[in-house]
Parts: sequence; C-alpha cells; structure tokens
Amino acid sequence: MVQREISLTGRKRPLETLLKLALNLASVLAIFVTLGIVLSMVFETWQFFQKVSVAEFLFGLEWSPQTAIRADQVGSSGSFGAVPLIAGTLLISTIAMAVAAPIGLISAIYLSEYASARMRAWVKPLLELLAGIPSVVYGFFAALVVAPFIRMTGGQLGLEVASESALAAGLVMGVMIIPLISSLSDDVLNAVPNALREASLGLGATQAETIKKVIVPAAIPGIAGSFLLAASAAIGETMIVVMAAGLAANLTANPLEAVTTVTAQIVALLTGDQEFDSAKTLSAFALGLLLFTTTLILNIIAMRIVNKYREQYD
Amino acid sequence: MTNLFTTATGHLRARHRAEWRFRWLGRLAIVFSLGFLLIMLVSIISLGKGALSRTEIQLSIDLSAASTLEDVDLKKTVRTALFTTFPEVIERSDKRALLKLLSADSSYELARMIEDNPALLGQEPVLWFTASDDIDMYEKGAIDANLPENRRRLKDTTLGWVRALESHDALRSVFNTAFFTSGDSREPELAGIFSALIGSILSLIVCFTLSFPLGIMAALSLEEFSKKSRWSDFIEVNINNLAAVPSIVFGLLGMAIFLNVFGLPRSSPLVGGMVLALMTLPTIIIASRAALRSVPPSIREAALAMGATRVQTTFHHVLPLAMPGMLTGAIVGMARALGETAPLIMIGMVAFIVDVPQGFTDAATSLPVQIFLWADSPERAFLEKTSAAILVLLGLLVVMNIAAIVLRRKFERRY
Amino acid sequence: MSKEPIITTRNVDVFYGDKQALNGVTLDVPRNKVTSLIGPSGCGKSTFLRSLNRMNDLVDICRVEGEIKVEGKNIYDKDVDVVALRAHIGMVFQKPNPFPKSIFENVVYGPKIHGMIKTKSDAEEIVETSLRRAGLWKEVADRLQEPGTSLSGGQQQRLCIARAIAVKPSIILMDEPASALDPIATAVIEELIDELRQNYTIIIVTHSMQQAARVSQRTAFFHMGDLVESGPTKELFTSPNDERTQNYISGRIG
Repeated sequence: MVQREISLTGRKRPLETLLKLALNLASVLAIFVTLGIVLSMVFETWQFFQKVSVAEFLFGLEWSPQTAIRADQVGSSGSFGAVPLIAGTLLISTIAMAVAAPIGLISAIYLSEYASARMRAWVKPLLELLAGIPSVVYGFFAALVVAPFIRMTGGQLGLEVASESALAAGLVMGVMIIPLISSLSDDVLNAVPNALREASLGLGATQAETIKKVIVPAAIPGIAGSFLLAASAAIGETMIVVMAAGLAANLTANPLEAVTTVTAQIVALLTGDQEFDSAKTLSAFALGLLLFTTTLILNIIAMRIVNKYREQYD
Repeated sequence: MTNLFTTATGHLRARHRAEWRFRWLGRLAIVFSLGFLLIMLVSIISLGKGALSRTEIQLSIDLSAASTLEDVDLKKTVRTALFTTFPEVIERSDKRALLKLLSADSSYELARMIEDNPALLGQEPVLWFTASDDIDMYEKGAIDANLPENRRRLKDTTLGWVRALESHDALRSVFNTAFFTSGDSREPELAGIFSALIGSILSLIVCFTLSFPLGIMAALSLEEFSKKSRWSDFIEVNINNLAAVPSIVFGLLGMAIFLNVFGLPRSSPLVGGMVLALMTLPTIIIASRAALRSVPPSIREAALAMGATRVQTTFHHVLPLAMPGMLTGAIVGMARALGETAPLIMIGMVAFIVDVPQGFTDAATSLPVQIFLWADSPERAFLEKTSAAILVLLGLLVVMNIAAIVLRRKFERRY
Repeated sequence: MSKEPIITTRNVDVFYGDKQALNGVTLDVPRNKVTSLIGPSGCGKSTFLRSLNRMNDLVDICRVEGEIKVEGKNIYDKDVDVVALRAHIGMVFQKPNPFPKSIFENVVYGPKIHGMIKTKSDAEEIVETSLRRAGLWKEVADRLQEPGTSLSGGQQQRLCIARAIAVKPSIILMDEPASALDPIATAVIEELIDELRQNYTIIIVTHSMQQAARVSQRTAFFHMGDLVESGPTKELFTSPNDERTQNYISGRIG
C-alpha cells in the first residue's frame, strides 16, 4: 500500500490555474459581446454622421434612403430623418402594450389568485407556448389572417384600412408578448406574502377587493418591471413588422395606416446588394445603435426595479 | 338576527357582483390568449395540410425508338405525349397553354424515371408527371370554377382539359415527398424544405458547439470560482442584458464583425451559427448557473473535506450533478435559435438556395428564413408551402421542448 | 346584555384531505369575555380558531363538519355570506401584517370596503376612535400618513387590532398575537386585550399558559385534535379534571 505523502504546504497545480483562467475568460466573453455590439455600431454610426448630421437624423421628419444610381453619387441622395420610424415603432409598440398589458396582467392575477393547481398546471405552459412560437410565424399569421380581417371589418364599418396596418402588426405582437407579462407578473404576485391576503380577507374583503386594493398595489414595482421588459421586446421585434407593417415611412398616429419601424428599416436597408460605406447602409447601424440604447435603458431600469422588489419580500 | 351573515344589503350584493365580474374578466383574458393560439394553429394547419399532397398527370410516353437516355429528346417526348393526349388542340397559343398543365420540370422528371428504371427504354410506358401549381390548386379546391373566367387563374379551355383528364382517371393525388426532399424552387409545385432544413441543422451545430461549452465555462466561473464583487455583478448585469437585446442587433454585430472585419463567408451556416451562439449564450449561462446553484453545498463540502481541490470538486462532483439542468437549458436555447429569423437575414442567409449546402461555409438558408421568403411570394400555391414549413418548424420546436421537459423530469432530484 | 353564549360549537370535525385535525369539538364561548385556547403545537387550536370565521375556506382541501353557531346562526349554512361573517368577526394574526400603505389607509381599509364611510370626517373619526381603542393614537396621531410598516412590531400589532375593530365587529379572533413580540410589547398588548373585553368577545390562541392565565376568564385545552376540557381559567389551571391537562400545565407534555 502506498503511503500518502502529507504536506501542508501548497502543491503547484499549473493545469488547474490554466483551467480557472479559461473559465474566467469565458465569463468575460459576455462583456466582450456587449462591447463588440457597441463598438461595431458606434464606428459605423460615426461614419454615418460624417455624411448626415445628428440633428437631421434625430429630428428630421422625412425618411427616404435612396440608393445611389451611379457610383459617383454615393451618399449624395436621400433624406435620413428617423422621426417617422421612431413614431411608427412607438405606435406599434403602444398598440401591442395596449393588448398585452391588461390581458397579461389579468391572466397573471387569475392564475395566481383564483385558478386551481390543476388549471395552473395546464394553462401556464400553454400561455408560455405563445412566447415559444417563432416571430416569423406570427408575422405570417398577421399578414395573412389578421390584416385582411381588420381590413374587412374596417370596411364594413366604413373605415379606410391599409392592407398592411399598424393595428394588425401591433395586435399580433401584443399577443406574442402576453406571456412575458403574465409569467413575470405571476411570479411577482406569488411573492406577495400570504399574510397580506389573510389580513384583507379577515377584514371581510372579497377576493377581488383584496387583489385590487392590497395585492396588486403591493406588487406594482414588479408588475412595472414586467411591462418595461415587454415594451423593450415590442420595440425590438422585427419579423412581425417586416411582414405585416410595411416599409413605407409614414408619419401618422392612425393605427389603420401602414407605418414602418426602426427594425423593419434595418432589415430593408441591409438586404440585397449594398455598398458598405454608403449613407444608406451606414444609416442601418445608426438605427441599430438607437434601438440598442433604447432597449438597454429599458432593460436596466426593469431589472433594477424587479430586483429591488424581490429583496423587499425575501 | 338570523340573517346577520346572509347577503342582505344591496351594497353587499353589489360587491359580490363586482367579484363575479372580476373573475370572469380573468377567464376572458385567458380564453383570449388561448383562443388566439388555437385559431392561429388551426388556420395554419388547414392551410398547410394541402402541401402534403400533389397532383400528377398520366401520360403515355413513346420511348420505343430510344436505347439509351442520351437518345431521348426529353422535352420533345413529354410535349408529344401531351399533344397526343389532346389531339384536338391545334392552335399555337392553345398548345402553349396545354404545356402549362405540367410542371416546368417535367423533362427532368422523365430523365429521373428512366435513370431509375432503364427497362422503360424501347417501351411505350404510361407514366405520371407532376402537374403545375395552378392545376394542383384547382384540384385542392383553391380555385373556384364558378367565378367568371377573367377573374380566375384557370381559363375555360384549361378547365376543359382538366375535366377530360379527370374523366379518364389520368389525374391523381399522391403524397408530396418532394416537399421534404428537395430544395427551394421558383415553381411552387417543386419547392421543398430540405435544403433550408439542412441549413438550419448546420447552423444549430455551430451554435451548440460554441455556446454550450462557453456557457458552461462562464457559469462555472461565476458560480464556483469567483466571489461576489463589483466585477462579477457587472458581468451578471451584462449577461442579463444580452438576454434581452433585440435579436436584430446581434445580426448587425455579425454583419459588421464576422462578415466585414473577419471576412467570413456571407450566407454561410458558420456565420449564422456564430450569431445564434452569441444570442443563445446568455440563456445557457443563466440556466447553467441555476443548475449549479441547485446542487446543495453539502456535496461541495463533502468533497472539499476529503482534500479535493476546488477544481476537482467542481469537475468530479458538482458538474455531473448539474449537467441535466444545463442540457435542458441548452435545448431550450437551441429551440429559440431554431426559430430565429431576423439576425440570419442580416448576415445574408436569405439567398435563393436550391442545392443542399454541403458544408459549414456553403451558402445556405434556414427554415424560418425560408418561411419568410415563401410568405413573400405571390403564387397562391406558396401559401400552403409556407404553412406546411411552419408546421414542420413548430413540430421540431415541440420535439425539442418535450425533450427538455423529459430530461428535466428524469433527472429532477430532491436532495 | 344577553347571558347566552355568543358562539356555540357542536361536534366540530375538521379534515385536511384525509387527515382529521379536529375531533368533535363542542364548546360555548361566552359574550364579552376573553377565552383562550391552549395546547401543544399541532393540537388544532389554530384550526379551530380559523373555522370560526371560515378562514379555512381558503384551503382547498379543508372540510368542516358539525355545527358552529355564531349569534344562533350556523355559519356553515349555505345562505351565509363569508364576507358579512368576517365583517362581524375580526381577526388578528400571529405576525403583525399591516398593508404596505399609510397608517390611516390601514385603518380605513375595512370600513371603506364595507361602505361604512360616506365623508372624509367619517373616515377621520373612525381612524381616531379605532386607534384610541387600540391604544395607539397618542403614538401615531401626528404621523398618520407614514407607512404602517414603519412602526415597531408591537405598534404594528396594535395597528392591526385597530384595523380589525374599525369594522365594528363583535368578536375578535387572535392567533398568538404576541408571539412575535418582545416582553414589553407583549405586556402592552395583554393590557389592551383586557380593556377590549368590555366591548368585544375575544378568543385568543396562545402557546403561553401564563398569558392565558393573565388575560382570559375562560380557557379551553386542546390536545391532538381533541378539546380535552374547558372552564373558568382559574379552575382549569388549579384543578384540572383530565390527566392530559394536568401533564400539560405541569410541563410534562408540550
């Protein structure tokens, strides 16, 4: 039998040190990816702003990125005012939130406060299925079924509805983000201590009164966080708007007209043949940076709120 | 005093009505979501089921003069067969319309049949050829013959020929294997999902090989080998954020860095997989960390107390126990990557791909992008192809998610 | 004032699924007295308390059999409205559970939902009388808008009592109301219970025999789901009839 040599001083293990280094590198990768996103877009955006002024981009009311027809024409044409795109994005996201916020929240309330354990076990995964369906499927459904349906219904009511309407895209997008709100809000509502429910019911409040006046107010921060995350997802959603909202930049608040969004324009600008340093191509990166910054801010605020809320009831 | 606790007052009754209304509101909200899901699935299934079959036309082919495949003038042979079936058609324009009964590929079909069965040479066999998409649509009831002639795609003369074929039992409907075995085509009756499917699989292979090990390594580093510090908090915020960054932004990253800086081949599954890997990474890291956290500290303490090093403890004891949870997370991440469209469009996987990609650097497309492309096509016949492709995609997603659930159930343990 | 018991229970069985938690409990609770329910943990005293205002309804698998009459009406009858019942029977819980709202909002919550408040001065009046009765008015009169959760544990529990009496119940159920408090806060609550006796019937679950002896006029001893014996507190503690009671109060079980 081999006697184990016992020494209390450290043995060098170069392999382990190397391994730990590799592991740490992998964890830093996340930062590199973020950095890569920011750098790649900042660089192209900076080039874009050599050709088009920041003020024109942010406040300009007209968006028509023309392709240069002749080589000597690079960057000389087109107008790059992003306001119609931002307005279109906001319009569609607002419609989506108008669908998803009430339905998501009320579903979460029903599931966490009323539904039996068996019903929860069935309905929760089914709702989450909505989030698992690829957005290209929603886009197809929006363009093929929902948009014509809205057009027909609008026609019967004597309304002029464009074949690609903001309403169709927003509505379908709303359904897609319902589970984002319902599952996070459900968690948040479940975290509200039972003592508060009992206190209210013990005073003779009905369940609905307890929910509306005690539970939901107590959970408001977490619910707000879920709304922000859902809004961020709506702003960044691409395929539904590409397939169902259209590409015409149109500054309007009418949900029955076609509008375009930041994401849809990025796709339109970068598909097909392109010259890499034309203003048209570069503008996609400026839009991308705008999109990234907006969603980043929304996400950070949302996560802060949710984390703070969790600490409160831990 | 007996009705002290009964619903006596109007005020109380109003409160109970409010309670009742609120409950129904909740039920309605859930019914709305599930109803939408149901309508969407039912309409896609009813649109897509047609793609499973296709219409074929029977023709008697004259190969009596040929002894090898080279002897046969494929195009002319098929034409002649068609013209002999309808000897009454003489006008040039009518003849051209007559040719449109068949798919544009019928001469290749004949070639394939002869290759498969050389015994046909020297014979006068009766063979079945794929009908064009208009005929196929008519047979599936998508074209209404009662409409006035100028408002439908099939003219009266063509309808007459179709009815003649029907009366001779020279039209049949068969299972559409081509949909699963061939690539994209301009002709809807010939288009299939095979090359898109291969593109998706190749991209997912790249995605998995990159993101799974890297995700596990990052999770190990964060959970097992670092103390909570500002730095680890910063990494965590970064990871959580990346999980919520719009997918199209990853497409821009891939385009600017992988394509333009590194010069990797555009439209290739390699680049597609790399972009998908970056997107999936946060999901895998988050799931892997949760799996590591669910391994009780007592197991680590037991190993450490035996004199194992931190690294040994982790790799011998903790990692194997956490592996099922990590795999589950990876499958869920892969399922999401499979459905991703926008970033792949950005890096050029929108090309028209007929051939099956042979490797990671060949131009390819993916299943969801194929759906996007077909959804844009004007032909009525592409509608059922699009829907059927969606069904295939959803089927794959269901399989992956069931695999994840089964894995979770099987290895779920209570310590 | 009526000498009849305000609550009478006959053969009450409570089941959680297949498990029986109470076996045939028969007890009379006298009006305007403090009755304590004592016994080792898991003996069913809290279960009994919670069947008196039907808080057990919240547990899906819970089933109550037998007869519980409050003011002569069986509260498990079909025509009984739990909301009205609970307005009549207040409850104070083990851990203080003020709503995350202001002190003022906490007190007016009950009266508001029951439609007892028409004007702003109604609300102010209810808040003041309830807080005075709960002995909290002096401490919080100048900070009614501060959150209820900012108070100390003992103050929070008195706020919960104020919140319960604001609805003007005739019975108050207390489930170990001082178990989460320090001795000084406990003493304040016990004093308060003694004062409240004049206007309310109080049933208190406690794990402390000393507390039962100090605050209650009657005591009921529970053991493993049985009501072993009940009677005037002094008698029960000095000359128990049952061996189990004897063992419990001498510290041999529990």
